Amino acid sequence: MEVVFKEFPWVAVLILLPLLGGIVCFLFSGIAKFTGLMTVFFTALSVLGLGWQIFDNGVYRHAVGGWGAPLGIDLYADGLSLLMLAATAFVALGVSVYSAGYFERGYSTRFWPIWLFLLGALNALFLTADIFNLYVTLELMGLAAVALAGLAGGKNALTGAMRYLLATLLGSLVYLLGVALLYHGFGTVDITLLAQRAEASPVIWAAFGLIAAGLMLKTALFPLHFWLPPAHGSAPPPVSALLSALVVKASFYILLRLWLEIFGPLVSNTDVSTLFGLLGAAAILWGSVQALRQTRLKLMIAYSTVAQIGYLFLAFPLATAAGVAAWSAAMYLAFSHALAKAAMFLAAGNMLRFGGHDRISDLDRVVQRLPLAAAAFALAGMSIMGLPPSGGFIGKWLMLEVAIKQGRWEIVIVMILGGLLAAAYIFKVLGHTFTQAPSPHESKAVPASMEWSALLLAIAAVLLGFLAIPVLSLLNIGNPFGISEVTP
Amino acid sequence: MNWNTWLPVLVVISSMLPGLIIFGLAEHRVRLRTILNLFGAVVKLFLVGWMLWGVYHGQHFETRLMLLPGLELVLRAGPLSLMFITLSSILWLVTTIYAIAYLEDSPNRSRFFGFFSLCVTATIGVALAGNLITFLLFYELLTLATYPLVVHRGTEEARRAGQSYLRYTIFGGALLLIGTVWLYSLTGTLEFAPQGGFLSEIGAEHHTSLIIIFALLIAGFGVKAALFPLHGWLPKAMVAPAPVSALLHAVAVVKAGAFGIVRVVYDVFGVEFATDLGVTGPLAWLAAFTIIYGSLRALFQDDLKRRLAYSTISQVSYIALGVAIAGPIAAIGGIIHLVHQGLMKITLFFCAGNLAETLGIHKISEMNGVGKRMPWTMAAFTIGAFGMIGAPPIAGFVSKWYLGTGALEVGQGWVLIVLAGSSLLNAAYFLPILHRAWFRDPPNNWPHEHDFGRKETAWPLLFPPIVTAVLALAAGILASAPFSPLEWGQIVAQREFYKP
Repeated sequence: MEVVFKEFPWVAVLILLPLLGGIVCFLFSGIAKFTGLMTVFFTALSVLGLGWQIFDNGVYRHAVGGWGAPLGIDLYADGLSLLMLAATAFVALGVSVYSAGYFERGYSTRFWPIWLFLLGALNALFLTADIFNLYVTLELMGLAAVALAGLAGGKNALTGAMRYLLATLLGSLVYLLGVALLYHGFGTVDITLLAQRAEASPVIWAAFGLIAAGLMLKTALFPLHFWLPPAHGSAPPPVSALLSALVVKASFYILLRLWLEIFGPLVSNTDVSTLFGLLGAAAILWGSVQALRQTRLKLMIAYSTVAQIGYLFLAFPLATAAGVAAWSAAMYLAFSHALAKAAMFLAAGNMLRFGGHDRISDLDRVVQRLPLAAAAFALAGMSIMGLPPSGGFIGKWLMLEVAIKQGRWEIVIVMILGGLLAAAYIFKVLGHTFTQAPSPHESKAVPASMEWSALLLAIAAVLLGFLAIPVLSLLNIGNPFGISEVTP
Repeated sequence: MNWNTWLPVLVVISSMLPGLIIFGLAEHRVRLRTILNLFGAVVKLFLVGWMLWGVYHGQHFETRLMLLPGLELVLRAGPLSLMFITLSSILWLVTTIYAIAYLEDSPNRSRFFGFFSLCVTATIGVALAGNLITFLLFYELLTLATYPLVVHRGTEEARRAGQSYLRYTIFGGALLLIGTVWLYSLTGTLEFAPQGGFLSEIGAEHHTSLIIIFALLIAGFGVKAALFPLHGWLPKAMVAPAPVSALLHAVAVVKAGAFGIVRVVYDVFGVEFATDLGVTGPLAWLAAFTIIYGSLRALFQDDLKRRLAYSTISQVSYIALGVAIAGPIAAIGGIIHLVHQGLMKITLFFCAGNLAETLGIHKISEMNGVGKRMPWTMAAFTIGAFGMIGAPPIAGFVSKWYLGTGALEVGQGWVLIVLAGSSLLNAAYFLPILHRAWFRDPPNNWPHEHDFGRKETAWPLLFPPIVTAVLALAAGILASAPFSPLEWGQIVAQREFYKP
């Protein structure tokens, strides 16, 4: 039994099961909801299986069909992949339970197949070991995400989705050009082989420029974030949750992987990491200020995502001297943000459904009438602000520690300012939910499953504040951040 | 199972669990909610008593949990922690009884009592914290748990007061976070070290950093302790219901800030090292200024609760002053004032709440002759007020006596002038109230009178201020009895502050 578990190709299940489930949902729309929920549940279990596997055996490498690199497709899983897969699994569970209550019959049959494709693409992306397959999964993910964003129909949603489509296509295209350059230059697309063969040269610089630009656009790093707020703000809430929590992180993951394995050591020019850091800082400040200025709840949360993406990029300048610490901090932030932001969008969705609007200043008496949604929003907000105890706090603490040790006070100040601004926009919402003004609108009941899925995700984000030791030790399986480590 | 490692956690849980259950209770389940509240408070009191006895006999109570590589969540019951949690758990019980009566038939009580319990939980965590990160964790939790109480009334004014409270406390929390991380990056430890702190080993090249860190930490705690110029939120927060004011001023928030200052000076920096760095002098001046400033502002308030709020700003700085004078006797004066001020101030707020609830009196100018209508309430108020002024034999006198002699002992005579000035000002803003209440004729009609039959007010409202007033009196008269705040303060000073 134990051998079966240890040798079982969980990675294949993680990719194939959602795709299969998606096809079943598409063909038999009557059982779409049930199939979808089951698929997501078993996919999440498979992440657990994979986690056990690599916890016991270390890094997992699987050559599909027995053809290894450079010919075949390699799948690869280490601590970093596992963390992203785990974040995906948690968010997927929460959002799926929520969606089962949210989508009416008509939408349901369209939502489930696309969502399961997206899940399969995400899992495949986190498990891929070559840059061309990364492109394929990136493109699949982008298209599925656009389709979901436009699901609601209506002028706003379609305009947002259209912009999103253009941005995501442009991003993938530019990325693909970079891949082509690398393949032309070094004759392989396998990341490990590329890392061995590649050397600092104009080709590397050009390829890096293209790949980085494409991925920055897809990650919505300031100033390439223009497409994100309308797309995330106008999509149905569970979709916004998926986009903000997972989809933008996926392209960041690719950028991080390629930086760690290929580009980082070669273009180890501090200008590049400084630029990333500067853009990250600008994203934090700009995104937070914009979030504070919004009058609609969902747009506010979307701008908050722009800001939170910035923290991940702050790790680049810090990582030159302390790779493991800085990247661990960034990934902890990414994990916490995935949970917290999903919870926040879902809670906002509940308020929206209940009151029929998401104008922040008219959110009176939400706490009394939707206590669970308000609690979910508040707990998720704790993590976003970085207040203890929460996953966001641990991430910020780790990153602040690195920054202070290196004397990077400008980064410390930006992080603290970002936290203060986050507190300002989150409590702006919470303040209005406590007020007692009479509510003129009719309210629409919210199913318990929608309330609890938001709340449980938020609680998970808070509990992450106590799980730093196991999560960090899992993250470092296979030493994903080891390469850029410079011993002082 | 070893009780000594579990007791600190149980003390925290004894208010957290009832709180979480209460959140889930329907609004009309008054009896179950009341039972849960009182059960939690009594269990906590019992557990605290157990620890008090144990610590007195030299036992150790400590719980540890790994939080981050190299950093642990530590809950430890030392003499100083126990001083604070004993105060908090006694006053919590009393305040709970008061709040149940005060909020009778008002909306959203489940929410209120849920957060009320969380607030006390966070305070107990602050008191038991064995290192700076645990302190920080509960300190921020306290901010978050208090906010819903401040905005409880749900009016626009309450919302604004809440936003103001958060602006100050979140900003303070951010400063605290920077200071803590910075300290950790210098030392690699955050464990509170009694008798000398953990910083004296640090090389002289870091002394400038340490001075800045001290300023950051004190500013972070100063927000909640309402040190000038970080006090602005406290008077605004007076829109909250009276039990919340009592909680803010006597049991939890303000005290947590003052307690943080004590921790920083004695257990992080060590008082001798802090004196060598030259940081205690400015702190003493700032505290002295706040004492006078708060009293002066109190003088000009007509709103009773606002006057009491400014009085708190002044009185809590006695604690910071006692700590910053940096002598053993003054330190005792400072930490026993933590208890004494709590007892006296909570009495005053209970009385103010009774006046508002029974007669609709909010302003001092409406208090003419109120002593004849509500003699018991005003008797308690009088004890509290005289204690604040520092009249013997009430508790406040003992604090001032120790502060004064302590200051003389280390040759800082100027403190006496501050103490005398403060007493004078206290008299100037409390005596007119007493004069009005006892010696003027009552008006024909009170602003908004409730009828409680032959009693002056509902007895659950009357009983708490009388109990706390008696305690304040007892703390003064029986100052040298075992387990009195003074005796315990001396144990604290012997075991935690100064090397024998």
